[in-house]
Amino acid sequence: MLHIVNKSPTERNSLDSCLRLATDGSAVLLIEDAVYAATRGNPGSTKLQAAMGRLKFYALEPDLKARGVAARVMDGVTLVDYGGFVDLVAEHRNCQSWL
Amino acid sequence: MSDEIEMEEGGGVVKKFMFLNRKAPYGTIYALEGLEVVLISAAFEQDVCMAFVDDGVYQLMKDVDTSGIEMKNFSKTYRALEGYDIEKLYVERESMELRGLTEDDFIVDVTVLSSAELAALMAEQDVVISH
Repeated sequence: MLHIVNKSPTERNSLDSCLRLATDGSAVLLIEDAVYAATRGNPGSTKLQAAMGRLKFYALEPDLKARGVAARVMDGVTLVDYGGFVDLVAEHRNCQSWL
Repeated sequence: MSDEIEMEEGGGVVKKFMFLNRKAPYGTIYALEGLEVVLISAAFEQDVCMAFVDDGVYQLMKDVDTSGIEMKNFSKTYRALEGYDIEKLYVERESMELRGLTEDDFIVDVTVLSSAELAALMAEQDVVISH
């Protein structure tokens, strides 16, 4: 399953719910305001770090650049462009958007 | 329109306005719309300040490049505020530090205040407008 999160971890609890309900081996793609979770120093990065052994994390690079945080991405998160976003959706049997 | 004329004829009542920004930019329209309102308010010659709290501190990040998401980059507009006599920009220290940010990460010079200091400043305003 591919989980897609688009809300800031310091504004909504979407990331918490996703991490709680995503089964081991799932992929999590962070887009829009959720990309802040993948930045060093953000409280979301601690949660990502804790889940990194069982989930694979991706972040949409155009959204990181638009927010001025592309240079702050934590280790272990794979950056993708829009083409990579499409590939992730195609590669996984199903996906879930945490709106 | 009639309000504007009355205010000018009345000798210009100056009130203290705080624009409180709590939303990250680009993910929603709040930050851009809020900034437009602040710029419009400059025409009314009021005592205006802006406060950045919670995810609102992300509005001030440097090195913004929106070409990949095909949205207007309005980050540079914060630097133009000075030209509109909006020079009082406050950032809540607690919000900044929670996100691992420092003043050096911001595109403009700001005054960093503690929650208690910002609370006191907020309490002395005539009007607080939140986006």
